[in-house]
Amino acid sequence: MRFSFFMTVIVLIFLYAPIMFLVIFSFNSSVTGANWMGFTLKWYGELFLRSPDIWEGFKNSLIVAVFSSLTATFIGTMAAIGIHWYKPSFRRYINFNIYAPLIIPDILMGVSMLMLFVSMRIRLSLFTIYLAHTTFSLSYVVLVVLARLENFDSSLLEAAMDLGASEFQTVRRVIIPMALPGIIASFLLSFTLSIDDFIITFFVAGPGSTTLPLRIFSMIRFGLSPVVNALSTILVGGAILLTLLGRKFLKYILAGEG
Amino acid sequence: MKRHDIYTLPILIWLSLFFTIPLSITVIMSFMSSTPYGGVTLPFTVGNYVEIMKGRILAILWRTIWISALSTLITLGLSLPVSFFMATSKWKNLLLMATIIPFWTNFIIRIFAWIFLLGNNGMLNNILIQLGIVKNPITFLYNSWAVVVVIVYTYLPYMILPIYSAMEKFDFSMIDAAMDLGATKIRAIFKVMFPSIKGGITAGILFVFIPALGSYAIPELVGGRDSVMLGNLIAWEITTARNWPYATALSNILFVSTALALFLYLKIQGSDGK
Repeated sequence: MRFSFFMTVIVLIFLYAPIMFLVIFSFNSSVTGANWMGFTLKWYGELFLRSPDIWEGFKNSLIVAVFSSLTATFIGTMAAIGIHWYKPSFRRYINFNIYAPLIIPDILMGVSMLMLFVSMRIRLSLFTIYLAHTTFSLSYVVLVVLARLENFDSSLLEAAMDLGASEFQTVRRVIIPMALPGIIASFLLSFTLSIDDFIITFFVAGPGSTTLPLRIFSMIRFGLSPVVNALSTILVGGAILLTLLGRKFLKYILAGEG
Repeated sequence: MKRHDIYTLPILIWLSLFFTIPLSITVIMSFMSSTPYGGVTLPFTVGNYVEIMKGRILAILWRTIWISALSTLITLGLSLPVSFFMATSKWKNLLLMATIIPFWTNFIIRIFAWIFLLGNNGMLNNILIQLGIVKNPITFLYNSWAVVVVIVYTYLPYMILPIYSAMEKFDFSMIDAAMDLGATKIRAIFKVMFPSIKGGITAGILFVFIPALGSYAIPELVGGRDSVMLGNLIAWEITTARNWPYATALSNILFVSTALALFLYLKIQGSDGK
């Protein structure tokens, strides 16, 4: 058949084969990992019952993701409303701050935030990770919400005001409901960016504030472990679930990124 | 200040505090000297940059650029036909979800998948040894090619998604129209479709090339001695050597390289369009 069909099949195999082998071998009873010795669930037992470090990391990741994406969604949505409906002062400076984080490598953001914390003598903790994650999520929130607002007729706003709505009422009753799919999409995006982030967290995490990606990184540095396979299966499951649940909001995310 | 600036005030303060100021500190620190105990001290100096320009680092900088450029090219080459197929397929939504799932699967896990497959104790080596094809494991990983493959693997969705979303808006009957008017299919694709998906391609290239330039985890986990990239060097200087002025100077070099790449790219693309 067509070349593009052939390439799509190849790319899908390339994308899925490595993940699939990870998942299959998480049920393998051999310790060496890559030799099939029969079906077992013992690595899941190990993961759930005897891996406190992994769960500690998972808990830290969740805490940071929830708080940073809430903060970023709130501040970013306000900013998008301000940028779209009112012409704010310092517009160029604001734009620079929104677009520049998107086009510099993440590692630079990690290094520069570490330098800030070090020079201000702020102790590295979950709080510094929260500050960093909120910062990188903000740009995405603004873009996704802005893309949603741009689809709307600004006369709606004038109509609400003409009918006697106060500015606060207009925001609450007209703008927020209109932008809601974009707001939810940007929350989801911030959440997943935060949960997934490795490199920025690597620089701004301190002792006792290890997130899940940092924990996995230090585990696989020392070689293969079937427990990591079991964890992978669960994370892949999570990604599939998220994709199915977030399907509705996907187009708003793409609108902001495209 | 205007009254409505209240909406943008929080982001203005937040990003000044946590983006502009940190970047400025990084620039200032790169012109300072380090103390033997991992601190930072005056006087201002350009010594860090002079040190970088001497030899070894330039090789690492060059390697960082070619690995990133090659990975981006391969990713683009794979993404164009895939996005084309997705945008014209009946299974559009299913294929879109198939691209999103790896995108939302943990980044470190996706690197681990390759160590599991191709590592020295990995699956493939085990199979080869059991079949008696080789006696000792083959070192597939721990070189620059492995780094390229894994970068392509992890960043592929970042290229497919923006190109797909640009192609999806394209009216494919325009290609038929061009062909009816006598253009060959290839020519129709290049002259009619390309200009309208250029934005998606630009976004994809930037989404892959820029994070690739700042790679740390991938070369750290699947690269070897000969595939150290700038990110690894920066991390080493910060965590192990604790030489912050030097590390920040390296970061600024990465920053300037990125800005330069961006500028060149936009310039080439701009002149191309006219």
